[in-house]
Amino acid sequence: MTLTAFAPLPAVEYYRDVVEDRTFPTVGEWRRRTGRKAAGSFPVYSPVELAYAARMLPVGLFGGGNQIEIAHADSRFQSFICSIVKSTLELGFIDKLAPFDALLFHSICDPARNLASVMARNFPERRSIYVHLPQNMTSAGAADFLAAEYRRVALELAGVSGHAPDDEDLRASITAFNAMRARLRELYALRAASPEKLSTAELYTLARMATFTDPAESTLLLAESLEAAGARDARPKDRIRVVVVGSFCEQPPLELIAGLEEAGCYILDDDFLLGWRLFRHDVPETGDPYLALARSYLHDSLHASTKHDLRDPRAASLIASARSNRADAVIFLGAKFCEPGLFDYALYRRALEQEGIPHLFLEFEEKMWMYDKIRSEVETFVESMLFV
Amino acid sequence: MKNAPEIRYQGRVHELQKELMGGYYAQLTDIAKGRSTRKNAHLLIAGNPVELVRAFDMLPVFPEVNVLQIAARKASLPLIQKAEELGYAVDNCAYVKADIGLYLSGYEAPYGTVPKADLLLCNYVGCNVYLNWFEHLAELTGAPAVNIDVPFIRSADGEPSSEDVAYVVKQLEELIVQLETITGTALDWKKLKRTVELSARVGEMWSEIKSLTKLRPAPYDAYFDSVTMMAVLYCLRGTEEAARFFEIALADLKERATMKQGPLPEERFRVVIEGPPPWPFLRVFRDMFTRWGAVAVASTYSTVGGIWEFGFRHDPERPLESIARHMLSQNLCNRTFLQRYDQMDRYVNEWDADAIVIHSVKSCRLFSAGQGDMREYFVREREVPTLLIESDLEDPRYFSQAQLRNRIDAFFEALTQRRITAAADVAAGGVA
Ligand code: SF4
Ligand code: SF4
Repeated sequence: MTLTAFAPLPAVEYYRDVVEDRTFPTVGEWRRRTGRKAAGSFPVYSPVELAYAARMLPVGLFGGGNQIEIAHADSRFQSFICSIVKSTLELGFIDKLAPFDALLFHSICDPARNLASVMARNFPERRSIYVHLPQNMTSAGAADFLAAEYRRVALELAGVSGHAPDDEDLRASITAFNAMRARLRELYALRAASPEKLSTAELYTLARMATFTDPAESTLLLAESLEAAGARDARPKDRIRVVVVGSFCEQPPLELIAGLEEAGCYILDDDFLLGWRLFRHDVPETGDPYLALARSYLHDSLHASTKHDLRDPRAASLIASARSNRADAVIFLGAKFCEPGLFDYALYRRALEQEGIPHLFLEFEEKMWMYDKIRSEVETFVESMLFV
Repeated sequence: MKNAPEIRYQGRVHELQKELMGGYYAQLTDIAKGRSTRKNAHLLIAGNPVELVRAFDMLPVFPEVNVLQIAARKASLPLIQKAEELGYAVDNCAYVKADIGLYLSGYEAPYGTVPKADLLLCNYVGCNVYLNWFEHLAELTGAPAVNIDVPFIRSADGEPSSEDVAYVVKQLEELIVQLETITGTALDWKKLKRTVELSARVGEMWSEIKSLTKLRPAPYDAYFDSVTMMAVLYCLRGTEEAARFFEIALADLKERATMKQGPLPEERFRVVIEGPPPWPFLRVFRDMFTRWGAVAVASTYSTVGGIWEFGFRHDPERPLESIARHMLSQNLCNRTFLQRYDQMDRYVNEWDADAIVIHSVKSCRLFSAGQGDMREYFVREREVPTLLIESDLEDPRYFSQAQLRNRIDAFFEALTQRRITAAADVAAGGVA
């Protein structure tokens, strides 16, 4: 797999294998170096600032990818449940969750919610914490509720880490993650403006790195990469410009993402690893930090299939993204059996057809390792667009 | 064990239910056909604030009940397929697809016509699909929509926090303002209290009815016969009619209990059933248990819309707070999966059951996701014989009759064998 035709970005080179390594080598290394604990966060969005303020390293838990065989978990979750739920449980059964002292789950969908219970029962030694994220964005009570919820979660994490964060700790954590997310936003903007300078496979690797790295370090790595990619001298290739949606939780293998590009697409926007860059702007660093985090979630976050904001229809936002990115098409790349994603597809399809924007529906599973079929579907789609 | 004996599962309660539900659907149809100007709200079954809707004299419409009725009449598949043509996936909850298909068919159902919503009132109580469902209806129909966000239970004791309660009460107050705008009338607090009081009475009687199956034989089947009463419990809760229905049902079932009359000629096995029923094949499915003399003495499905058997009652003196508590913790859907294990444990012990049957339905991941772990728990840690079978609640394509029957037969054969062995052991022990 080639991630780019240019001189590689050092951080991408270094992390391209680490991102799929389920021994979490860098997390173990961080624990040894700092003497602190780590908290695993199931997608989509997790209030990672709380764990960091409690002196833990928040780490994205994206299932087993295509690195593990599911041997035990498929007797607990049925065949019609998405892979990430089963592979996350499997990681527990094969003792790959050892680096984590706490696990956070969120109210994203029914399987993930039940998974939180099953994990709590099977692995009581790793504190399972369930976070309820509001679905009524306009109630006058939502921000206060969410701030209280975050205080509760911070206390639970403190019980694990031994450090109860004060407001200053949380503000410092918000500042650290603001900086990281700002760099990610800039990288996304660079790719949207000049996709020939930064491939999505590279961007994905960098963003994924930020899901298991101390923000103090990842921010620097992202900034270096941004500078190096921005300085590249590149000419656009004959590719179609697409927006990709549907991979907000379970993640497609990196090879598949690279394959989409190699098949002739420039990806201008996507929802990979969405929760780690959910906010449109910095979270305010003054005032009550819990309330600030809560308000940013309610009023300043990107669309997510697992977040229902009746103020702002999601299909309209996809169309807006396609238009503002001057995309030729939309690729729906959904995880198999992912109910929230599949529901959204029906809304997207209707809106895309109404707007006359071509689209391609693709389904993936994290554990796949043969991409020929998907790749030829994409090639055919690209050809149909380039040569009409 | 050959065939199921010819059993007529109907009775007085069933007849009365049919009459009441007929009246309810006539009201829906009147609105849909413009014969009534009454406003309506579509809302969902799991822990809902129907008392508020009723207090405004609006008609509550329950898409879940609408589509399950269609499935029971074996008419769901064309509606599901209609939605799939629009881009809905085979893996999406078939209740939603059937409802969208119904909307696309002009809301004409075999039992009446469903009115378009004046308000899509999504009580987000556990099920995340609820959110998708009403969001899609809002997009398709253009009806105004609101989500009532009900925090999931996160505490070790299974109780909501004071912040959770305050948040839901706040949203109910906001809902009152919306309902006042829609109906053009101010909330009549006296009427709300009366409605809540009626809910409390129904809860009391329903709870008493549920405790009757602790007796031997159980006077009715707590899965297959409960659904008859659940229709009234959910669609008409908070009305005088519902209260009268439950008075009659309670008296009727008590009488049966006194006469030691069960739903089957002989109660051979007492089971707890977990999961929703396969509506398109309800009778066929029931017969698979009947032929073994298996009676459900408790079911989790009968608690989706509320759990009253462990003591909860609505409180007319604190109407909003008690509605909020009902939504937060007094229904199956908003409680954790492990709380469900506990609930089933209680059923096995207090209702004295021999076994558990888990009916895993593909559509409803709220119920089904992780039921393999549940089975593991009951078999390994509680040593309760547990059967896990799969089909669907709405989509007839997932019901494999021969396979289900084989699994059920094998399970009860094993249970029978176990009894014989246990009896022999006792006899042998007696000799020694
Ligand atoms: S992939 Fe979809 S269904 Fe699976 S846990 Fe994530 S959001 Fe839920
Ligand atoms: S997933 Fe289950 S609870 Fe949710 S709407 Fe479907 S059948 Fe109902």
